[in-house]
Amino acid sequence: MSLNLLALLGAMLTIATPLIWAGVGELVVERTGVLNLGIEGTMYLGAFVGFLVALRTGSPWLGLLAAVASGVVAGVLMGLFAVTLGLNQHVSGLGLTLLLIAVCEFTFRMLYAGERPTLDTKFDVLLPGVEVLDQHWLTYVAFLVLAPGSWWVLRSTGAGYRLRAVGESFEAADVAGISVSGVRYAALMVGGAFMAVGGAFLTLSVLGSFTLDIINGRGWVCIALVIFARWRVWPAVCGALIFAGTDALQLQLAITPAFGDVPRELMLALPYLAVIVALAVWGRSVRYPGSYLKAHRRA
Amino acid sequence: MTPQRAGADADPARGRALLELAGVTKRFGDLVANDDVSLSVGAGEVVAMLGENGAGKSTLMKIAYGLVRPDAGELRVDGRPVQLGSPRDAMRAGIGMVTQEFSLVETMTVSENVALSAVGLGRVDAAANRRRVMAAMERLGVQIEPERLVATLSIGERQRVEIVKALFHDCRVLILDEPTAVLTPQDVRSLFETIARLRTDGLGVLFVSHKLREVAEISDRVVVLRRGRMVGDRPTASVDEAELAALMMGGAASAAAAPAGPSQSRAGAVADPVGGAVGLGVETRPTAGPAEARPEPVLRLTDLGVSTGRRALLSGISLTVGAGEIVGIAGISGNGQTELVDVLAGVRPASSGTVHVAGRDLTRADVATRLAAGLGRLTEDRRGSLVPQMSVEHNLVLEDLPRFTSRGLLDRGAVRRHAEQLIERFDIRARPGDPVATLSGGNMQKVLLARSLVREPRVLVVAQPTRGLDVGSYAYVHEQLAALRDRGAGVLVVSEDLDELRGLCDRVAVLFRGRIVGELPIAEASSERLGLMMTGVEVAT
Repeated sequence: MSLNLLALLGAMLTIATPLIWAGVGELVVERTGVLNLGIEGTMYLGAFVGFLVALRTGSPWLGLLAAVASGVVAGVLMGLFAVTLGLNQHVSGLGLTLLLIAVCEFTFRMLYAGERPTLDTKFDVLLPGVEVLDQHWLTYVAFLVLAPGSWWVLRSTGAGYRLRAVGESFEAADVAGISVSGVRYAALMVGGAFMAVGGAFLTLSVLGSFTLDIINGRGWVCIALVIFARWRVWPAVCGALIFAGTDALQLQLAITPAFGDVPRELMLALPYLAVIVALAVWGRSVRYPGSYLKAHRRA
Repeated sequence: MTPQRAGADADPARGRALLELAGVTKRFGDLVANDDVSLSVGAGEVVAMLGENGAGKSTLMKIAYGLVRPDAGELRVDGRPVQLGSPRDAMRAGIGMVTQEFSLVETMTVSENVALSAVGLGRVDAAANRRRVMAAMERLGVQIEPERLVATLSIGERQRVEIVKALFHDCRVLILDEPTAVLTPQDVRSLFETIARLRTDGLGVLFVSHKLREVAEISDRVVVLRRGRMVGDRPTASVDEAELAALMMGGAASAAAAPAGPSQSRAGAVADPVGGAVGLGVETRPTAGPAEARPEPVLRLTDLGVSTGRRALLSGISLTVGAGEIVGIAGISGNGQTELVDVLAGVRPASSGTVHVAGRDLTRADVATRLAAGLGRLTEDRRGSLVPQMSVEHNLVLEDLPRFTSRGLLDRGAVRRHAEQLIERFDIRARPGDPVATLSGGNMQKVLLARSLVREPRVLVVAQPTRGLDVGSYAYVHEQLAALRDRGAGVLVVSEDLDELRGLCDRVAVLFRGRIVGELPIAEASSERLGLMMTGVEVAT
């Protein structure tokens, strides 16, 4: 066995990055009591819009900016369905995901039928040649800024107080003079931006190209991670690392001769199985946020 | 934070109206929750608002706090008209409220909760916040560790946190919506001390309650709300409890609405001073009644109790209903009525005691056995006993399906004929195939009555049989119940409507905090006495 531990670790950090961006985005939204199943579509949108703008302008920075904007728009759309209209959150989210993926696929096929465009300039890794630390800047930001920052905001700022109050008891928030829909919209917009960055990371940093199966269920993994983490930031980061570690492991095993006979599909399923096992073990008897899935109405 | 006001500063301000409501009206569909209500609270004044459940108190309070928008009328703070679109506007105007269901986030700490409406978006200085919370608590004489999670606090402590929270944003008028409903007597003591401090500080306090004794103790002025209208506004010193009870329950005032019945004792009872009423109550213990004069009991409850966990919802209920007798259960809702009806219907197990129907022990019988034994019931929630999307004819056979099925198939002809007969006999204004959801409340109640009465029950338990019904249906339901009694059945009527009980019943028992606090023959059951018993002032056991 020639497992390269350092390579494994490096791959784990890269694979975990989009999960942390989107996972934190989902966590922020769910802390207000809204389940955003639009996450898969929002990541897809971010990946596509980021790629398209970077391709057309030649600047991955503009691409990232556009991805952020698209994520905010996706958040507003979800807000329109689930907050303003008070529709069922499951249906709204799934509908949004289907819509966004379909629109992106359609546009991509219209523009580049049969082609396989790639970016001339994508984001480079920092510290090239240094094992494990040769990561993209968005990875560094995810671990060093996004995760601790969102943890701190939730814990010790007025914005965090509002978010938690709305998610736990919107009646209480309402009486305290907090705008329930305002907080939910804000969270959906910020969370949507994070999700879109998670998607754009794949096109702008890792691949430099766009494929139709680019997100491949990563959004759904984030939904599971957030529940597994019981809506806390650090456990969500740990969950993302577990998933990413399993994924990195199966990628290495797939090129290890000793595992040549194991069906490729089984290997690919490994990280998802890990999520299911983790949820089965730690996801039971979860206490959901008090206003989870509820629409807020006032006479 | 408002600094402690010196007495000299506070005095000239005293009595000036801080909060005024003028001509406030609010409708929900056909229901008029508040009808042209005007009210004012002055600085350093404690105003108590009295009223039965459903009198419109909570709606009015929600309007004053921006949670509900009035259809008409005006709110004024310091004499200036204000528009309250949300609680945030109310807070800015200096109005604070402690709602009936506390509005605290259980998973957050005391100081986080208190600061919730006062912090900006940025970093919260936890230490400074803690100091401010401590200072606010000190001002109120409250001692709670600010870092405790709200989930770990007792009900009384939570309420104190709510008051601290209201004062944290400099409120000058504090609204307390039924603050004592959930408190222990000790907590009520400390709440009253807190209110006294607030008054000394020059705050205006609006205290909503339906407990007369508390109102007499704590308030400077009492306003009484009944069926959405303001029916009284008096200085507390000038009224006694009996007079308030009469205003609240609509004693003499509701004569026009009352149906014909044995309610002749009214005039005498109004003159009854409280002391006299209490004295009478002691004399008329239920055991003192001549037992042999009572008809043979068809329903006998012996020491019946219901509890969830450690909390007793009903205890020591002993009561009989004789053949050819209608017995009423009076009480403010939430004092065990729902539990009593549920236990009798067989949908909630009794934790102690027994239920006998015509001598047969049905304490542990299931619903079907009870029905078969002749124990019928009309539950409080009409929609809960009917399947609204199903037709009238199907609802009519719901309790009787075996009779209308053969080999698993419903005999549709028999169902239709059965429905047509009942529609005719009970004057239900609907076709057999109409979905029940399309019927009026009165016709729904007729469907339920028909379903129960066609079985000729030996005992019928009915809860709030006429709530929300128009005058015609009201009279009809009463006629049917009286007719059932005359056919020799026993009827137990649970109602909050005292006029209804006095018009219908032969005897009335009063539930308070899950116990029967007294039982009166109808001739002695004046609104005033029942009102005093319902609010726990008079106990005649």
